[in-house]
Amino acid sequence: MSLPERTREAAVEEVFREAYGQAVATLIRLTGDITLAEDAVQDAFVVASDRWRRDGVPPNPAGWIVTTARNRAIDDARRSARGRGIREQLAVLQTRSTRSGPEERGEDGTVKDDRLRLIFTCCHPAIAAEHRVALTLRLLGGLSVEEIARAFVVSDSAMAKRLVRAKYKIKAASIPYRVPSEADLPERLRSVLSVLYLINNAGLDDPGRESLRGDAIRLARTLVELMPDEPEAAGLLALMLLGASRLPARFSDDGGIVLLRDQDRTLWDRELIEEGQAIVRACIRRDRPGPYQLQAAIQAVHGDAATYVATDWPQIVELYDHLLTLMPTAVVALNRAIAVAETEGPSVALTQIDAIAPELDGYHLLHAARGTMLRRLGRRAEARTAFERAADLAATEPDRRFLLRQIDELNE
Amino acid sequence: MGQYLLATYAVEDEERAGPGTPEEMAAFMKRVAAVEGEMDAAGAFVFGGALHGPDAATVIRSAERDTVMTDGPFVESKEQIGGFYIINADDLDSALAWARKVVGAIDHPIEVRPFRATGRVDA
Repeated sequence: MSLPERTREAAVEEVFREAYGQAVATLIRLTGDITLAEDAVQDAFVVASDRWRRDGVPPNPAGWIVTTARNRAIDDARRSARGRGIREQLAVLQTRSTRSGPEERGEDGTVKDDRLRLIFTCCHPAIAAEHRVALTLRLLGGLSVEEIARAFVVSDSAMAKRLVRAKYKIKAASIPYRVPSEADLPERLRSVLSVLYLINNAGLDDPGRESLRGDAIRLARTLVELMPDEPEAAGLLALMLLGASRLPARFSDDGGIVLLRDQDRTLWDRELIEEGQAIVRACIRRDRPGPYQLQAAIQAVHGDAATYVATDWPQIVELYDHLLTLMPTAVVALNRAIAVAETEGPSVALTQIDAIAPELDGYHLLHAARGTMLRRLGRRAEARTAFERAADLAATEPDRRFLLRQIDELNE
Repeated sequence: MGQYLLATYAVEDEERAGPGTPEEMAAFMKRVAAVEGEMDAAGAFVFGGALHGPDAATVIRSAERDTVMTDGPFVESKEQIGGFYIINADDLDSALAWARKVVGAIDHPIEVRPFRATGRVDA
């Protein structure tokens, strides 16, 4: 394959991923059926794949896909005549298609709203959390069943089953295809944000699943574009960008975790930091703080510090104080205590960690934080016990390896 | 427009700890009546009722050329259906909105299930 061909190939791939969510979202509105919409878009992509590789990508690829998919859906319905419901919808489809093609409407509000509708449907709290994640990646992210299965370490057939179940629930229970009412919006948006955050975090500590972070950022960008007045959506995007900025420094050459304290900050991605910080500043101006915005603000402060020691720790503790009032969880209290170690010393931090220890006894990072404080206080034997407990509980291999190394160093 | 079953569940021991005093009972009934009135006014109420406890239940199943019956509920469980509503609703969100109101009035969990088909079977 020649270089221009390969570039064209890559361009087609990228366009597919970008256009998939938009095309499926519009086709679901037009056909009223997720599976029908998926099939039609899939067919349209097959046609596009040949034509675009030969003639190049058209100016409005999503519009092209929607038109082709809609025509496919009409043909399909005509051929199989799957009952009166479909035929009635066919009438709707044809009215719409004669009125104005989506090529002209591709950039307008209707199509954008379709994606927003789809996000809220995929992330409906009546659907099991792991099914929401899978469905969002499939329908909006344009990932294949195999890609999602690989990312969540389940078999292809198990993932396919998950998606079928989620789609069945949407259809059988009549989960609506619309942006929720004002009254339901806060709860529903929370669910959308947590799904995107879950996708992001799934790609966080495993270099093999890193592409999920890209997918999460892409979806969060779409959400911010569609809901520019929701500061928490912006906050989540900033949090993801700032987290991603440190990724190049997060793993050593042998794949081991490098702590914030030890990271080579010249490796941080300045462009991502600046974008994230600009969003955080805009959020502060809007003054409608929420948990994601505050977590992003904390990461923005880290992004400003030339070294770990030079970090504005009092400001970080203050931000954690604010976060605790909105999200009074033990995990937030733990993170606050870790920051307190830098302002008031490890002894105060240890007392605070011990206070929440019963609640987080099964959480490896609690024991890792205890071990760190005990080591700083020179209580090496207790520190070793804490790290051993942390290593036992660690869920991922890189985490476990990191903790075992701490134990080795304490044994020296 | 579809129909949904809102099944209210009661936990055996908690049921006895329900509205105790006559005043509590009156307040409870008032809350339930208010929600039902609202359902009715919105055209959502189809049917509803409170059931006797599982001790009053009988199960019948087919056996060889006959049926047999046993005393008690179909599933032995601490959680038993206590009553139900059948409502009209445009979609799950509006069914869930009614379910929320009922939970607010009776403080028992509710299972919301869509009907696959309603009315008499055509054969």
